[in-house]
Amino acid sequence: MTQPLKVPKQAARHYPKPPEGSWTEHYPELDTAPVSYESSISPEFYALEREAIFKRAWLNVGRVEQLRRKGGFFTKELAIARTSLIVVRGMDDKIRAFHNVCRHRGNKLVWTDYPSEEISGTCRQFACKYHGWTYELDGRCSFILQEGEFFGIDKADYGLVPVHCEVWQGFIFVNLAKEPPQTLTEFLGPMITAIDYPFERLTQRYYYRGDIRSNWKVFLDAFQEFYHPPILHGNQNPVMRQTDYREKGFYTSHFQTDGPHRVGSTSGGAGGKLVPEFYNPIERVMRSGLFGPWDPSEIVTDKLPPGLNPGNKKNWGLDSFQIFPNFAIVFWETGWYLTYHYWPVAPDRLLFEANAYFTPPRNVRERLAQQLGIATIKEYALEDCGTLEATQMGLESRVVSAFPLGDQEFMCRHLNKVVNNWVDDYKRSRAEG
Amino acid sequence: MADALLPTQFSDLEPFVEDWCLDSEPERYAKRLTSTMAEIQAFYDAIFPRAEEAICYLEQFPLDDLPEDAFRLLKLLYSLILVSFPVEIWRQPRIPDTGTASFELKLEPIP
Repeated sequence: MTQPLKVPKQAARHYPKPPEGSWTEHYPELDTAPVSYESSISPEFYALEREAIFKRAWLNVGRVEQLRRKGGFFTKELAIARTSLIVVRGMDDKIRAFHNVCRHRGNKLVWTDYPSEEISGTCRQFACKYHGWTYELDGRCSFILQEGEFFGIDKADYGLVPVHCEVWQGFIFVNLAKEPPQTLTEFLGPMITAIDYPFERLTQRYYYRGDIRSNWKVFLDAFQEFYHPPILHGNQNPVMRQTDYREKGFYTSHFQTDGPHRVGSTSGGAGGKLVPEFYNPIERVMRSGLFGPWDPSEIVTDKLPPGLNPGNKKNWGLDSFQIFPNFAIVFWETGWYLTYHYWPVAPDRLLFEANAYFTPPRNVRERLAQQLGIATIKEYALEDCGTLEATQMGLESRVVSAFPLGDQEFMCRHLNKVVNNWVDDYKRSRAEG
Repeated sequence: MADALLPTQFSDLEPFVEDWCLDSEPERYAKRLTSTMAEIQAFYDAIFPRAEEAICYLEQFPLDDLPEDAFRLLKLLYSLILVSFPVEIWRQPRIPDTGTASFELKLEPIP
């Protein structure tokens, strides 16, 4: 009856910090001063981010499983870059990306019903709805209606405008720069490229998207710190619900950066590890919650995939890899992963995407455990959505100009710094002409 | 019993099929938000005690070859998952403090 409650140890001494005394001070490029969020409310800064970041960095737009067959394609709207892309698997199996614009009169080439909505499908060619100009899957223009009516025209000069496109571990990245200063591998750097995960086996996909009224960084920040969960998510989280966390807080066990990217590791969701009283009734029946199944999937072995748990922590539960600028991969100990994308739409608006990837369920029990997992994602995310719209309003009042960030908010401080660095670099390069 | 809605041993749950046997998460979430707590609680109280039994029953079938009545039962369990939050946590259909935020499931596996 009165089983002793097994509360995980959460005192600071169980989460050793670097010799400098804090994660923040361990990285000399970071200071400990209060931070300005002007960069999250200023339209001018947003315009700079467009050029300095989103037209220069490698951006993840999807996975190869979305393009299984030759001719498979999807379109991707990049509001901040004011463009739409076509990403397509060619007859030669190569994945390419193009601007979604007909070379004839500028019509958007690939869309259905609503010009601003993304679509996907399979095709042999792309034909413009307006005058029928036609393009092959490799971007070559292959047909011009009444070609003889044009003046000295050569189809070879009118292919689709290509976009740099490279693939890492099945993730398709694009780069809108004319000549990206780094290859994708160079950009991702050793911490990210050390990851070698069986992504191709996790084909059971759930895809959420939300239209949120907050700056993309304000929103991203909530998904890269574990300081808020005991409070904001305190009512629904079986672990956070404990008064111990509400009074003493939750600690991230490891932080690390590599260039513009960063990772935080924690003990995770503690699915099924505590006494039953900690869990909601539905969680006990489905053996799942926050955010996925309690039982390990078939990819889990006694050895973690390379690159995970970079701090080599004993009580490892998850890694939250933040790939600059707007992409995150979260790996969970029970053998599944989540991705987040934060697409800026306006200074005070973003498109938030979350994808959950599991191994195909072998029976109804596994299927339901995954279903409850993705349901909890939505319950948590909606709490964040509401609050971050409120944060955006608070920032926009400009009543306060500098905000203290604690060591648990290390990753927020790092993103803020990197974004400012990229914008400063861009301004400098423009000044130098 | 050719047109029984649910497998025989769950026929007592048939009154819930019309309202709660829905094809997609957006439909199920919309049903949650437009239901009263009394309606949600009645559905939860009826199906939650049968959940383990239903899972055991459904486990005998391959996921990609569920008989129609079994698939309906599975959809009731999907709805149970979504209404568990109002019942077990929020005490109201909508998550508190979520304002106008939207977060829609655009792609989900079938079944």
